[in-house]
Amino acid sequence: MNPQSEIRDFTNREYKYGFVTDIETDAVPRGLSEDVIRLISAKKNEPEWMLDWRLKAYRHWLTLEEPRWHNVHYGPIDYQDIIYYAAPKPRAAGPKSLDEVDPAMVAMFNKLGISLAEQERLSGIAVDAIVDSVSVGTTFKKKLAEVGVIFCSFSEAVQNHPDLVRKYLGSVVPYTDNYFATLNSAVFTDGSFCFVPRGVRCPMELSTYFRINAADTGQFERTLIVAEDAASVSYLEGCTAPMRDKNQLHAAVVELVALEGAQIKYSTVQNWYPGDKDGKGGIYNFVTKRGKCAGANSKISWTQVETGSAITWKYPSVILQGDGSVGEFYSVALTNNRQQADTGTKMIHIGKNTRSTILAKGISAGHGQNTYRGLVKILKSATGARNHTQCDSLLLGETCGAHTFPSIEVKNPTAQVEHEASTSKIGEDQLFYCRQRGIREEDAVSMIVNGFCREVFKELPMEFAVEAQKLLGVSLEGCVG
Amino acid sequence: MSGTANAFFEGLSRFDVKRNGHLIGGLKGLRRSAFQWVAERGFPTARDEAWKYTRLGPILEVPFELAEPTVSRRLSAGTIAELAGDLGGARLVMVNGYFAKELSSLKTLPKGAQVMSLAAALAEEEEQLAPLLSRPFREQPHAFTALSAALAEDGALVRIPANTTIEEPIHLVFISDTGASPLVSHPRCLVLAGPGSRATIVESYLGIPGDVYLNNAVTDIVLEEGAVVEHYKLQNETETAFHIALLDVRQGRGSRFSSHSLALGASTARHEVRVRLEAEGAEVTLNGLYMPRGEQHLDNPTTIEHAAPHCTSREFYKGVIDGHGRGSFDGRIIVRPGAFKTDASQTNKNLLLSGSAQVDTRPRLEIFADDVKCTHGAAVGQLDAEAVFYLRSRGLPHGAARDLLSYAFVNEMLRLVRVEALRSRVEKMVAWRLGGVEVAA
Repeated sequence: MNPQSEIRDFTNREYKYGFVTDIETDAVPRGLSEDVIRLISAKKNEPEWMLDWRLKAYRHWLTLEEPRWHNVHYGPIDYQDIIYYAAPKPRAAGPKSLDEVDPAMVAMFNKLGISLAEQERLSGIAVDAIVDSVSVGTTFKKKLAEVGVIFCSFSEAVQNHPDLVRKYLGSVVPYTDNYFATLNSAVFTDGSFCFVPRGVRCPMELSTYFRINAADTGQFERTLIVAEDAASVSYLEGCTAPMRDKNQLHAAVVELVALEGAQIKYSTVQNWYPGDKDGKGGIYNFVTKRGKCAGANSKISWTQVETGSAITWKYPSVILQGDGSVGEFYSVALTNNRQQADTGTKMIHIGKNTRSTILAKGISAGHGQNTYRGLVKILKSATGARNHTQCDSLLLGETCGAHTFPSIEVKNPTAQVEHEASTSKIGEDQLFYCRQRGIREEDAVSMIVNGFCREVFKELPMEFAVEAQKLLGVSLEGCVG
Repeated sequence: MSGTANAFFEGLSRFDVKRNGHLIGGLKGLRRSAFQWVAERGFPTARDEAWKYTRLGPILEVPFELAEPTVSRRLSAGTIAELAGDLGGARLVMVNGYFAKELSSLKTLPKGAQVMSLAAALAEEEEQLAPLLSRPFREQPHAFTALSAALAEDGALVRIPANTTIEEPIHLVFISDTGASPLVSHPRCLVLAGPGSRATIVESYLGIPGDVYLNNAVTDIVLEEGAVVEHYKLQNETETAFHIALLDVRQGRGSRFSSHSLALGASTARHEVRVRLEAEGAEVTLNGLYMPRGEQHLDNPTTIEHAAPHCTSREFYKGVIDGHGRGSFDGRIIVRPGAFKTDASQTNKNLLLSGSAQVDTRPRLEIFADDVKCTHGAAVGQLDAEAVFYLRSRGLPHGAARDLLSYAFVNEMLRLVRVEALRSRVEKMVAWRLGGVEVAA
């Protein structure tokens, strides 16, 4: 087989998580209004302040316009044609243990390769699984509770830990932040909440799996992670969705708060349905993720592998407020067929001697358009701040595009900021070398691409790194020019 | 875009009515529509990505009067030679954007070559020049290209016929002498380099200390197949003045263009360079140095568009920022579909010398072809503490050590200036700015 067709085959692999599971769902009527928000809030039995917050956000949202500055193109979104709340219908009041979770759902997760029960027993990772909008089961709750870690669905947190939620909700991403974050603040249905108290090192990796199952629904989850002084936690997030030929909206918000000496590591493998090869269907992934290093010497690290979604629009950022705090961003973004990604990060240096590292790898194939957009801002107070940014792009095919829009704004002369970027394709000599050693073209491409991403993959927890490598292979079948 | 409710535009509107009365034929329509464009769209604001780092506020507050051809009493050919230097070649002097014959010295040029006032050229061949003149506004309309299209009447025309070489640099001097009231001028230059021709063009902008004026300058350079043009721009406006400029370059097959921008003066300045590599094998080099200090704000947007295969671009900009100065670099490289074997590299380095200095840099790549080699790098830093210590241990006071090291940082750019007479002038200017570093001859 010649390299071209090899790459084509490789890139033409199909989305294998595109099945639909028939689970009865309980949904609110289509469209968005104050009534819908009140209904969502009532369904979730929320306290008054929560409803007020949602309504404030909704009223603010009405005054906003959808952003247009990004480098992605899509048709208008009809916000009245979305179902803002869909929950798998509970058989009983709510699952108390995994045994009570709907078997159809457990089967679905098994199909995805995340059997909740298996996970619990074998890998020792606590999983919070979210289908459509609602958390369906959190594993390992008990074991975590022993050390004082709270890990539960957002709705539970609102019920059981209202003071904590109230204190931190919106403290990093206020409800006025941006169009999609504001929409999320008004209608978010569930998500994960994690609180690691002072001095506690979370004994296991925490993980949330998101799945959009019902048709015509939007998923609006909200994640809030708080690590108190000297606490540390590693958090994983994965996502899939069925294949549907209509675009579905996913507008999530993730807030991280790290107090003095705390460390939060947040890893994402995003594999929402990307649409078919002509760009029909797929998820619009408009996500706001931001962390605040509020205390001195705290650290927040984002790692993301973005292979899915028709459109990805997300900029996991870190506000480096505490002196000596550290922000990291490691990213692999892959666009194939008609996928578009506009992703990157913001590092806002406020405290003294703050450091940040950005490593972004973009891979484009087919008609994919991949944009890195970043901002490194050194404020006047950030004496001794340091940033190093590297963004590399790999182009596979003649019709794709790779773009980099980094901004660097420096207001303090003691800062050291470096930015490097390169764009290239897989070299014919590299391929030849592999072929000569008897490696099939397809494997060679996969190997080279994996090598290109290695620095990012090694930041991922082991199980995820393996999954990410496989995903890359699946998403890329067939790409050397 | 912000509206037109500002002193600047209101002032211009008053004059425009008068202007339209005596405008020359074919361009009249363009001038009207361009002016109308500004009236409707207004001026860019910080919300426009391309103008994010340009401080327009202070410009829009000034009720400028429109410059007119006048004979300056303060200037003579002697003072010009002193202010702008003699580079040995033809010198064309524009006062407030209008050609001043008595101050210029036009040497004998090779047969067929033209270095002349644009107004004079327009009188003869307006129809031919009109599409060239309207191009920047048509292709990237914004308030300042529009005002240039509407109001520019004079400037320079340089035409080099095929296979002709002009050895001596052609010096275009733009001097502002405003007198009592603030003036806005719209100098306009056209450089047409025929196939296989070679020339060096130097643009110098300067003014009289204390004068308030705005230069809204647009220069077009067209290189036909195999032409080689070296371009220098010394922006040394007085520090109470404003400067907005666009250098628009189009390159044909196998042509080579280089531009060196030296931005020292003006209170707020923006020097935008756009290069379009239109045919195979074209090469471009863009170098730039900006040294804002005090309250200066110097902005350097550049765009290089690779529209054809096998083209090469090299870009190197350096900034030294002192006082409350603010410098910015916005480098865009676009590789169009089909522009395979593109080789592009871009570097931007900045040195911050004071606690209130500020720099913004955006190295951007937009790539739509796969077989390309593109790199960019940007760095912001301060003087190396060890190097300072080394010099101090040799008995240099701190200030002198700082100045010497800054000069070394800048010297890398100065050495790229190949016109000897210009280089030594600029070396002196830079040394003087850096507290009197002595330059070895």
